[in-house]
Amino acid sequence: MRLARLRGPGFTAGRPLCHGCMSGAEGSARAPVFTIMSAIVQFENVGLRYGLDSETLSDVSFSLHGGGFYFLTGASGAGKTSLLKLLYLAQRPSRGVIRLFGEDVVTLPRKRLPGFRRRIGVVFQDFRLVPHLSVYDNIALPLRVAGMEEAEVDAPVSEMLNWVGLGDRGQARPATLSGGEQQRVAIARAVIARPEILVADEPTGNVDADMASRLMTLFEALNRLGTTVVVATHDLPLMGQVTGAQMMRLDKGRLADPTGALRYPPRSRGSA
Amino acid sequence: MAGVADRRAAAAARHRLLPEGRVAGPMPWIIAIMMFLTVLAAAAGLGLGAAVRSMSADLAGRATVQIVEANVEARDALGRRAAQALRGADGVAGVRPVDPATLVDQLRPWLGEEASSGDLPIPALIDVTLTPGGADAKVERLRRLMAGLSPKIRVEPHAAFLLPLAGLLSALGWLAAGIVLLMALATGAVVVLAARGAHDSHRGTIEVLHLMGATDVQTARLFQRRIALDAMLGSLLGFVVAACVILLLGGRLIATGSDLLGAVRLPWSGWAVLAALPLGGVLLAMLAARWTVLRSLGRLL
Repeated sequence: MRLARLRGPGFTAGRPLCHGCMSGAEGSARAPVFTIMSAIVQFENVGLRYGLDSETLSDVSFSLHGGGFYFLTGASGAGKTSLLKLLYLAQRPSRGVIRLFGEDVVTLPRKRLPGFRRRIGVVFQDFRLVPHLSVYDNIALPLRVAGMEEAEVDAPVSEMLNWVGLGDRGQARPATLSGGEQQRVAIARAVIARPEILVADEPTGNVDADMASRLMTLFEALNRLGTTVVVATHDLPLMGQVTGAQMMRLDKGRLADPTGALRYPPRSRGSA
Repeated sequence: MAGVADRRAAAAARHRLLPEGRVAGPMPWIIAIMMFLTVLAAAAGLGLGAAVRSMSADLAGRATVQIVEANVEARDALGRRAAQALRGADGVAGVRPVDPATLVDQLRPWLGEEASSGDLPIPALIDVTLTPGGADAKVERLRRLMAGLSPKIRVEPHAAFLLPLAGLLSALGWLAAGIVLLMALATGAVVVLAARGAHDSHRGTIEVLHLMGATDVQTARLFQRRIALDAMLGSLLGFVVAACVILLLGGRLIATGSDLLGAVRLPWSGWAVLAALPLGGVLLAMLAARWTVLRSLGRLL
């Protein structure tokens, strides 16, 4: 299996792997190049119920456009993680329609879902690093899952290790890393295969303010390369850091604005 | 060369996905014990089957003609006539009158010196070897032939004497086959439990792989390989120990000098079947692991 397999239906043809151009400083200095494309995620009246409990998510409808940067916020228990699970295909909704990359994934045959999952990078709230694998192998995981030739794995993984500032910790086990380092490994793993959508659940919850800011800069840099970024967070100042980002606020399982994503630019993109 | 190195590196990377714990766990040892018992049961079945076939072939082609006549001179004369008639009969490959002295020697342990006194009437015996095939019909023809000579001549096919023993050996052979089948089922069940256990203990890794887009088959292969290695180690160990036991027992059977026990032997084809059992065990373990893991993964979205 070669790199070509990484590009499933909907992968942007010819988009180069350019990990080197994602350094935070470089990314923020560059002129913003946001190309908002057509909707790649559409939720229509989506409801989610666990067992016989009341609905965790109710009548959720919104669209996310390719190349956009979205924050998902809301109080604890509002349903942010549940919504993200629907987005990264860990859960089926109880009702409603979810379209990813133009296809209804609710009715999609199960065997076709892995192809869609490979197009989504996920930074889990609890990192979910594989404890018996080295940092290097954890980051290489998505490439190996996608069937990339082993000879082609080393360069992007090494580059990604340097990108997250862990170039000298490649052979370390996750348990020996600090919370912030684990977070960075999780982020590197999520973005290494250049997903079209990056979903991050409270990615800055375990790091200090400085690291949170740096991580957000990394997300922004990735977004500039065309990846749609969805970040669930409570951190309002952090949201203000990303110019032109949009915000969705969940309140008791419902989107606070029924018309969909609220535009929430604390500062306009041009005034950054 | 680069391609080979790359494949090796890729394989090594895949193998790291599940922590290696071979031989440390109980799986190889359980499979070794089960394979040991399976090979022994199969060897018993094959050996007994070979004995039954050999016995049946021998017995079906042989018969004894008894001349039950108290008068010695009349018995000898009748014996000579019977032997002459048998030699000319269709379907008879060989006729061998049993030496009366040999007969007396064989009876002495039961009858004592009385056997050689001449006071005790001992029937004359003629061993008859039949040509292959249609033994029952040939025996019936001989009975009619001998009845024409004298009503005091009896024809006894050997198969009639040892039919119950052959039946017992055959039943034991089928029992051994049943044990092999049960052991195969038990091995499959053990593998299913082991695969479930491994799946549960690596649930976190599996979920991460799943959410990264690993297909069910990709994940199942990791378990298949690991369980195949465990099964291979266990099967080989069980087979080697069982083969040693079979060779030792075979030596003991030959040492008894008994024709009956000596018939219980393992032909080369039997060894080939036994050698195929570990391979079958590994295949069974792989299939059981694959089925179990695919079934578990099927419950995920």
